[in-house]
Amino acid sequence: MDPLIHLLHNNSKLTPAELALRLGISESEIEHRTADAEADGTILGYQAVIDRQKAGQRGVRALIEVRISPEAGGGFDRMARRISRFDQVRDCFLMSGGYDLAVIVEAEDLLEVATFVSEKLSTIGGVLSTATRFQLKAYKEAGFNVGAAIEEDRLLVSP
Amino acid sequence: MDYDSKLSRQVRDLPRSGIRDFFELVIGRTDVISLGVGEPDKPTPWPIRDAAIKSLERGQTSYTSNLGLESLRIAISDYVDQLFHVRYDPKTEILVTVGVSEALDIAFRAVLNPGDEVIYHEPCYVSYSPSIKMAYGVPVIVNTREENEFAILAEDIEKVITPKSRVLVLNFPTNPTGGIMPPEELEKVAALAVKHDLLVFTDEIYCELLYDGRTHKSIVEFPGMRERTVLLHGFSKAFAMTGWRLGYACAPAPLREAMMKVHQYCMLCAPIMSQVAGLEALKLGASAYEDMRVSYEERRNLIVARLNAMGLHCFNPGGAFYVFPDIRSTGLTSKEFALGLLESKSVAVVPGTAFGTAGEGFVRCCYATAPDLIAKAMDLMEEFVAEVRARKTTAKTPALANA
Repeated sequence: MDPLIHLLHNNSKLTPAELALRLGISESEIEHRTADAEADGTILGYQAVIDRQKAGQRGVRALIEVRISPEAGGGFDRMARRISRFDQVRDCFLMSGGYDLAVIVEAEDLLEVATFVSEKLSTIGGVLSTATRFQLKAYKEAGFNVGAAIEEDRLLVSP
Repeated sequence: MDYDSKLSRQVRDLPRSGIRDFFELVIGRTDVISLGVGEPDKPTPWPIRDAAIKSLERGQTSYTSNLGLESLRIAISDYVDQLFHVRYDPKTEILVTVGVSEALDIAFRAVLNPGDEVIYHEPCYVSYSPSIKMAYGVPVIVNTREENEFAILAEDIEKVITPKSRVLVLNFPTNPTGGIMPPEELEKVAALAVKHDLLVFTDEIYCELLYDGRTHKSIVEFPGMRERTVLLHGFSKAFAMTGWRLGYACAPAPLREAMMKVHQYCMLCAPIMSQVAGLEALKLGASAYEDMRVSYEERRNLIVARLNAMGLHCFNPGGAFYVFPDIRSTGLTSKEFALGLLESKSVAVVPGTAFGTAGEGFVRCCYATAPDLIAKAMDLMEEFVAEVRARKTTAKTPALANA
């Protein structure tokens, strides 16, 4: 991966000045390359990774396993994009194995997810079946351990 | 009781480590940003820790062969071949030790007779000189200089060679400078070792941590060197395994056998759980440390740029995770600088003199530290340097007025 993209992927909070120092290139080049990556869709967006519980988020998150029948011409793509357009859908992946799409939805409560599945998802032509699995607890989120403090016991000075 | 008279003269006369003096100043303080450590800031990669946990669950808690687990020695043989293009026989030429520190100690004890001279370079890791003395050898220092980015010069080595010279110790990349050896200079050093029939102990502990696309070349790779080299390496730095205390020595069979004699009586074997972890580390190879190496390189870029920007000249070191900025422009000694910075800004760096007198005028900063902490430490150091310079100017003004 491009070192700049790699750094931003791990920590998008880094400023152009910080990135320039760490990569040994000029700040203007950082800005230029970042803008290019945003324009061509390499960088899709920027988010903070949060501990949802600590942030007081009361909503629910569910993984919905969706089986669909591919369409002539469009395959799975058109169906997947259609499903992705719903605001509740946070992630949507085409999967190998026993089902076709892994759809991760976030909603206010169980009822909202149930309504989404029964009224929006299942009613789309070509959706053969859905299986909804609710998330109970997060242990790791986007590469960060959730709620597990690592004890810092490194010496302050060592040879 | 007069305990001094009860101690061995050898041990009584050893100086205390300068690092230990400094450590005692900061112990217990929670407000310090430390650039004073000599180890990675991340814990050992999880798959390695997991392998050790599983081995404990299986009940692997016994002694191993004095030499170390055979499976580990086979893995070491492959790994060393991959790094240095030199093949060692796992049965007769490899010994697993409790860190490189033990390997170095037993190597000295295996080859030195009282009065034999050992040539090594300073500034360097704190244990070389004491280890030589504890083996009744005579340490002979070759100072390395900033103008050569702290590489050792063959011509400087040649000046100190006498009929009593037995061993040359090399450690590149170097703690505390981050200096590396240009291959053409290393070739000259190798030729010198052959010409004067010296053994060479090469401490390769930082060899995986090289930057700017460099690849490592060890002295053992040059003609005539394999037969006279004891190659010392370990898991501490690249694999972030300092606390596991695991290293190894690779050497021609007669030398390995002599080291083995000392090792079996003083250490018996390295801890089995560490050996199992080490085996997993070698299975992972570069994939275990490449991300860490890349992040160290970025941090090096950051710290070198900041130090130079604040007027502390700092060459761009090619390896390890230390920078060794020149602080002479502040008018302070290494110790004054480190103490002043700690007292006024709560930032810990290590005075260069802890690594030998040639370290005067420099301090060691370890950049295996989170980048935001490095940035904060650099802000504070910049303030400190500005304050010192302002004091210097004020102090000078009356003298100028009188002139």
